[in-house]
Amino acid sequence: MEFEVVIGLEVHVQLNTKTKMFCSCPTSFAQRQNINTCPTCLALPGALPVVNSEAVKKAMMFGYAINAKINERSVFNRKNYFYPDLPKGYQISQFEIPIVENGYLFIDTQEEKRKIGITRAHLEEDAGKNIHEGAVSKVDLNRAGTPLLEIVSEPDIRSSDEAVAYLKKLHAIVRYLDISDANMQEGSFRCDANVSIRPKGDDRLYTRVEIKNLNSFRFIQKAIDYEVQRHIEAWEEGVYESEVVQETRLFDADRGVTKSMRGKEESADYRYFPDPDLLPVVIPQEFFEEASKIPELPDEKEERFIKEYGIGRYNAALIAGSKEMADFFEKMLSYGIDAKNAVSWLTVELAARLNKSGKDIVDSPVCAERLAKLVQRIEDKTISNKAAKDVLDYLFEHEAEVDEAIEKLGLKQISDAGAIAAIIDEILSANEDKVAEYKNGKEKLFGFFVGQVMKASKGKADPQLVNRLLKERLG
Amino acid sequence: MITLKEAMKLNKEELKEIVSDIKTRVQKSDINAYISLDEGFEGVPVAIKDNIQVKGWNVTCGSKILQGYVAPYDATVIVKMKEAGLAPFGRTNMDEFAMGSSTETSYYGKTLNPKDKSRVPGGSSGGSAAAVAAKEAIAALGSDTGGSIRQPAAFCGIVGMKPTYGRVSRYGLAAYGSSLDQIGPMTQNVEDAAILYDIISGYDPKDSTSARIENPGVSKSLNPDRKFKIGIVPSYIKDASSEVQKAYDKAISILQKEGHTIKEVSLMDARYDIASYYITAMAEASTNLSRYDGVRYGFRAESENLKQMYKKTRSEGFGEEVKRRILLGTFVLSSGYYDAYYIKAQKLRNLIKSEYEKVFSKVDLILSPVAPTVAFEFGSKKTPLEMYLSDVYTIGVNLSGLPAISLPVDEHQGLPVGLQFIAGAFEEQKLFDAALGLERALDSQN
Ligand SMILES: [Zn+2]
Repeated sequence: MEFEVVIGLEVHVQLNTKTKMFCSCPTSFAQRQNINTCPTCLALPGALPVVNSEAVKKAMMFGYAINAKINERSVFNRKNYFYPDLPKGYQISQFEIPIVENGYLFIDTQEEKRKIGITRAHLEEDAGKNIHEGAVSKVDLNRAGTPLLEIVSEPDIRSSDEAVAYLKKLHAIVRYLDISDANMQEGSFRCDANVSIRPKGDDRLYTRVEIKNLNSFRFIQKAIDYEVQRHIEAWEEGVYESEVVQETRLFDADRGVTKSMRGKEESADYRYFPDPDLLPVVIPQEFFEEASKIPELPDEKEERFIKEYGIGRYNAALIAGSKEMADFFEKMLSYGIDAKNAVSWLTVELAARLNKSGKDIVDSPVCAERLAKLVQRIEDKTISNKAAKDVLDYLFEHEAEVDEAIEKLGLKQISDAGAIAAIIDEILSANEDKVAEYKNGKEKLFGFFVGQVMKASKGKADPQLVNRLLKERLG
Repeated sequence: MITLKEAMKLNKEELKEIVSDIKTRVQKSDINAYISLDEGFEGVPVAIKDNIQVKGWNVTCGSKILQGYVAPYDATVIVKMKEAGLAPFGRTNMDEFAMGSSTETSYYGKTLNPKDKSRVPGGSSGGSAAAVAAKEAIAALGSDTGGSIRQPAAFCGIVGMKPTYGRVSRYGLAAYGSSLDQIGPMTQNVEDAAILYDIISGYDPKDSTSARIENPGVSKSLNPDRKFKIGIVPSYIKDASSEVQKAYDKAISILQKEGHTIKEVSLMDARYDIASYYITAMAEASTNLSRYDGVRYGFRAESENLKQMYKKTRSEGFGEEVKRRILLGTFVLSSGYYDAYYIKAQKLRNLIKSEYEKVFSKVDLILSPVAPTVAFEFGSKKTPLEMYLSDVYTIGVNLSGLPAISLPVDEHQGLPVGLQFIAGAFEEQKLFDAALGLERALDSQN
């Protein structure tokens, strides 16, 4: 039997506001535990929440970016449960009326662009952290009350590849909007996946399993693949009903498997009700004007790259897919270099070196200005393409200007026709027999002469010039 | 006892003397109005209900679960009081977490009614009311969720005022029912109540439910000669005791003599108020009190594991009435019951609110009893429900967010009988003017 995979994703994005969701404590990194706290986020008697309007604006910007409906009036609810990292004994979150509803984005699949629906995005507050030290457990509330935007997709995703593509697009969007640092390792971009399967052609939704604790794109892919396989095997072995139950599972990255958290979530009744400490949020008109001014987004940028610079869709999507990459690229172009050269030096040469050293584009030892300069030196024939790779290697390891590095490595290309002609004459006179053979029709020898000239110039001769001048000499 | 108005004119030395007089009187007293005589501030001493945060004080809400907790910040009303030259002085006793109508549920013992020590002072602000009535305080702050200022004021024979919801910041008031709670003045007379109300009221950005409207103050423009259209509710009165009915009739005839227009109005059966109120208050309370979990502050029971810590801390830390209300509140919010109870109660609440709005399109004020009886004897309410029903005249005001003031109108065998004026939202000036007029007329009679 052929199966179809049905995936819905819930992403928690920590908003990069200056202060917390309901108090004026900073959200910045704190040197010590429980430093960024106040009566409100410690849930002291009598303390009250006040909605952070910066968080509201950032949520609205996201709404505009995904073409969603932004509710002028939304409601904060209390989600009640006891846990030491939850000081009030309830989380303030939006339930019935979220701030953002009914949006969508496009993902690139191998065949086409696919539209993935986004059911809702709502504001809520993060919990603190429990720290377990042997027999003792401690609570750090520095993170408690940090604003979160929970983004819930429709069950429109059909494979783990699509899930990753969706997450990457979402990640790019929040980075472009600069509403979150979206750092997966640090937990400011967290994902839960709802996975189920169904026989192809069946419209019904089958048992949905929620996978938590997915903190990298790679893990998400692995976890989904594992879970889908588990469902299919259970189906084929006739134990689907007993093996696949609606539950929450944790991904164990070390063993590459998902494990049941049975019992922990199912029985919970959160007793949602409107928080009487917060009146419904009614967004002032000026917020709509402000928040609607969103920057260029990945899809628009991709189209513009294609149109404006004439680069291919694959590369345009690759570069526009990351704000940092796109910024780097456009910075390079601002030095007047050819777009195609910029693309290959960024996406091939620099990317390979970054990849190898495990670095991110933002930590690149070679900045956009230097990489552009390097390309410039190829374009003005100061160095050859091949020599430029050595220069880049050097720049990757050393703090130096491009021209300095070229000088230091002695890779300056010889583009002086006179100098090259002199080398050619030397080579030709040292190989008179071969010149004769060539002239008798053994044209294959042309390559031999080029090689000899290049060798004699220690690779610095401009190959095009060598070709032209050789042809002239050999008639 | 010197009035608040007079005390505010005294110098430091004179105030010191007053404070030491109060201390002596409290030490000699057996009514247990105060949990503790906390001090530490300069100015005119004002007693503070034990659920209002005063920086450096061990504010407990009358509960074991907050034993030893020291508030690290001042409630907004305390900040305003200090700015006006008033000094928080002494934590007054109260029903645990303001849940009660008799101050019997305090972990720190019951407070006696100074007019008759076999009777309750009312509640939940029973300590504040008893302290003012027994001349153990010049004035006090209370909080009113379903009558907790007005009913003890009536039982002890003082003035108690509940402001419009949103008029006084709730920041720093340990929450019971967040959509109902208001802090208000409890004083010896109407003018003092107006003065203290002016000091504590006003918009506060720290409280999202605080009303962002002009707050001109009432005490400077008090006018006891203003004439009003006053609504009376005959259908309400039939269930009140004869002494309350007598006081009601007396007030009506005085008001008529004073030139006010009396007009009969009708309101929905007050039994609906009880149902809507208790569901709403308990639902909110059940989650407001979740923060008392033994993790960060206050009482924590020794336990083997986390679940046991929650269970033991809350089982041992809360009293019976608080636990009852948390359980009922949890129940009405549970899935499967939420629509039948909580949602229905909110619909009812809107209906009650609109009933009051209709009435206030016809009259300026409503005159109403505060409680069905005078102060009752300790232990005379046999069931919790009997106790809940005694709030019948006060809770409609909280459900509708309206201002009201309770003042002593009559006496029955030495026990005060209080009545209340209710006004439309943010019509505090009318409330105080009418109350001042009635107070003056009553004084001239005696
Ligand atoms: Zn805080």
